[in-house]
Amino acid sequence: MKSSVITFPGSNCDRDMDVALKKFGFKNKMVWHADAELPKSDLVVLPGGFSYGDYLRCGSMASKSKIMQSVINFANSGGMVMGICNGFQILVETGLVPGVLLRNKYLEFICKNVFVKINDKKNKYFKNVDNEVLEFHIAHNEGNYFCTNDQLKEIEDNNQIAINYCDENGKIEDQFNPNGSTKNIAGIFNKEKNVLGMMPHPERMIDASLSGEDGSLFFKNLINNLK
Amino acid sequence: MIVNEQVAVDHGLKKDEYAKICELLKRTPNITELGIFSAMWNEHCSYKSSRLHLKKLPTKGKKVIQGPGENAGVIDIEDNDAIVFKIESHNHPSFIEPYQGAATGVGGIMRDVFTMGARPIANLNSIHFGSPQHKKTKNLLRGVVHGIGGYGNCMGVPTIAGQTSFDSSYNGNILVNAMTLGLVKKDKIFYSKAAGLNKPVIYVGSKTGRDGIHGASMASASFDEKIEEKKPTVQVGDPFTEKLLLEACLELMAGESIIAIQDMGAAGLTSSSIEMASKGNLGIEINLNKVPCRESKMTPYEIMLSESQERMLIVLENGKEDQAKKIFDKWNLDFAVIGKTTNSKKIELYFNEEKVADIPVNTLVENSPMYDRKWKKAKLPKKNKIKKEDIKHLKIIDVLKKVLANPNVCSKEWIWQQYDHTVMGDTIQKPGGDAGVVRVHGTDKAVAASVDSSAVYCWAHPITGGKQVVCESFRNLISVGAKPIAITNCLNFGSPENEENMGEFVECVQGIGEASEYLKFPVVSGNVSFYNQTKDEGIKPTPAIGGVGLIKNYKNMITMDFKEVDNLVLVIGKTEGHIDQSLFARNILNEKNGPPPEVNLFNEKNNGETLLKLIDNNLIISAHDVSLGGIIIAVAKMCIKGKKGINIKKPKYLINEIEYLFAEDQGRYIIEINKKDFKKVADILNKNAVHFDELGTINENELYINDKTKVTIDELSTSNKSWLNNYMNK
Repeated sequence: MKSSVITFPGSNCDRDMDVALKKFGFKNKMVWHADAELPKSDLVVLPGGFSYGDYLRCGSMASKSKIMQSVINFANSGGMVMGICNGFQILVETGLVPGVLLRNKYLEFICKNVFVKINDKKNKYFKNVDNEVLEFHIAHNEGNYFCTNDQLKEIEDNNQIAINYCDENGKIEDQFNPNGSTKNIAGIFNKEKNVLGMMPHPERMIDASLSGEDGSLFFKNLINNLK
Repeated sequence: MIVNEQVAVDHGLKKDEYAKICELLKRTPNITELGIFSAMWNEHCSYKSSRLHLKKLPTKGKKVIQGPGENAGVIDIEDNDAIVFKIESHNHPSFIEPYQGAATGVGGIMRDVFTMGARPIANLNSIHFGSPQHKKTKNLLRGVVHGIGGYGNCMGVPTIAGQTSFDSSYNGNILVNAMTLGLVKKDKIFYSKAAGLNKPVIYVGSKTGRDGIHGASMASASFDEKIEEKKPTVQVGDPFTEKLLLEACLELMAGESIIAIQDMGAAGLTSSSIEMASKGNLGIEINLNKVPCRESKMTPYEIMLSESQERMLIVLENGKEDQAKKIFDKWNLDFAVIGKTTNSKKIELYFNEEKVADIPVNTLVENSPMYDRKWKKAKLPKKNKIKKEDIKHLKIIDVLKKVLANPNVCSKEWIWQQYDHTVMGDTIQKPGGDAGVVRVHGTDKAVAASVDSSAVYCWAHPITGGKQVVCESFRNLISVGAKPIAITNCLNFGSPENEENMGEFVECVQGIGEASEYLKFPVVSGNVSFYNQTKDEGIKPTPAIGGVGLIKNYKNMITMDFKEVDNLVLVIGKTEGHIDQSLFARNILNEKNGPPPEVNLFNEKNNGETLLKLIDNNLIISAHDVSLGGIIIAVAKMCIKGKKGINIKKPKYLINEIEYLFAEDQGRYIIEINKKDFKKVADILNKNAVHFDELGTINENELYINDKTKVTIDELSTSNKSWLNNYMNK
């Protein structure tokens, strides 16, 4: 399986993602934001970080990068595109997934483990994951997902919510919502479910010595689903 | 502008210093030259009050590749890997403008590390605030934490450990010390020593603006009521540009084109160019019209003294300019050839084709003032006798809960959750433990780091306090299973012109020196911050020690959370019952006098090394050093982290329960072992003449003391975790 990770100026989880993808069998290439062409890929990842310093709206500058036109075309032709954290913010700015990401409700950066419940398994990202609940890790300042009521209705009608923040038993309640996201949304698909944007960082959970191993589970499953 | 004595005094120079400048130059300096002298000769850059004493610190060792004098210290961690690290203060700017002050402190220390070719792999910090009741404390704390996070998170470097304290002596002068560790190949370390004639001098990074002019001079003076007016001297940080600068510099460093490189920190272009020339015994000629400026009509004076952030100065090999420029163009950073190296041994500046400064380099460096300040020796305070009736009525559980909720003991999760501590994917021990630990990427090795200070002990008796901080750093590294290698120190004190403050400095340094010599834990880098003083009131002496150690196989790392019911808990090291200056004495008995606990270096070394032996033999399941609050606080924290309880039985020897549990004697650790290993553990401890007590057995979820008193761990956890959250969210 071939994957590509895009490096924008200010990306800082690009290496971590490279390490994770290779660990689970992807042949990964790093792609520079100013390139025009995407290498042949089965999966394209927009990594976390602070592209362009997040000085304008998070992700907005990066969404206009030269490479992004190719990424958008790739996504529109059914290619698998995953945006993590800042990558999710870039995805909403391109319009590939609906909604926006606001500043965290308590106006503070949050770095901690959270639980997420998988809402939909009829897609290549979560198909065949045995668990209903995963322990993931978040590290962000702007992860407060928001959308209009009409958008929300459409998202729910199409089953586009990928994961919701919850407790270890999968209970989705306000007290388990770390950032104020609408409906505890932690990740969301496009209609076709080939594009996934999510705040948690599975690439930081790929080793028992780190924050946990549910990231390993995610990547192992992902590469199998793509085969 | 005409330069005279008054202008010199306005620049923070003393009258005799100004006379010396005129004598060295054999003429009156012009305003640009005066600015350069004032920047180089202030306390912050020249170490004029501290140099004499710093020379006494042990700085050498088998693992030391580079000691003090470079941008940062460097130690060997085997297999051609080296760790570059340093701690630095940003106290004055952080009080004036907490967000930017703290942010640029973090940015500055990271630059010091990557200037040497190392990729930063971990950040730490030691931050100290006034009394929680003081009207400024809350906003300062919030601003500093946001600033540290804002910069470090954006850079993508994990913040893995730190220390936060509150004390009314910081009401008018908070402390913000930032530390960074970087990883480099031993044969790819870069230094600031220029070499060769007519080599191009290159400016890269951000443009130069008017921010931070005289920042270093501001940091070399006491505060008064006009302090708010100094806001323009605080620099503004741009972590995004620094991230680009980091990647561009490392890309350039992968080649062979750099002769010397130096970041522009305090006193900006002035100190960076002079340092490179001085170390290479060369001259440097700069055309100031070539310096990329953010604002129009900047004068030579402003260009030389600006402390705009995210800038570097590089001496390149001839002919490599185009290749280097390509890299900086790719990262969208300024790149300008601004001058060359010369054999004049002078710093020569040109502006609009006119020579605007002409100063022999040695007058700025070797001839800078050095003072043997008067200082007063501290006496060891008399011991207090705790009266039975003072403690008779105390209920141990109430005291325990109160101490766990003390601002200096309570959980600092509110702070470190705002720092990205997991980016880079190698953090194997997060904040909240004895030390932060990161793996050396792609290897089995890991590096542990901790930062410590004990201002109360240093204030009560500086020599003992100085020793104690080094020992605590040593213990924190050992508690996670790391072999301590070296330290960096950030020496925060009041005015050196005050004999008592100067005495505190001299004797703390003496204590640090003695301990680091004995423990073979040399000082490889550091920084001095004097004048942490508002009007006549100085801070408690606060030397912060950043220690670094190596774990050969990261799978052998130790954490402090209790792991398993029925395991045995031992105390390593003897408890004598020293209560003076303990958290218990100061906060429960309200007794602020008396000596700090004695430091016995032999026991420290022996106890620590023996614990490392136990760890090497896989006999230790969890470990934690005993510090603030004594045995009971150490044990309670292990319970809280592990969500387990313990049945404590006080050993029968002399002292009473309270003294046993709350004393802050040094050189002690709490360890958890499997019952079946007890004999093996006891044998090793006995063979090495290490005293130990059997403290108790781990249970499901309650803390019992001698079967009479009990409390649930949930209750203790609530006491420990709620204070800071409630305080900040009120």
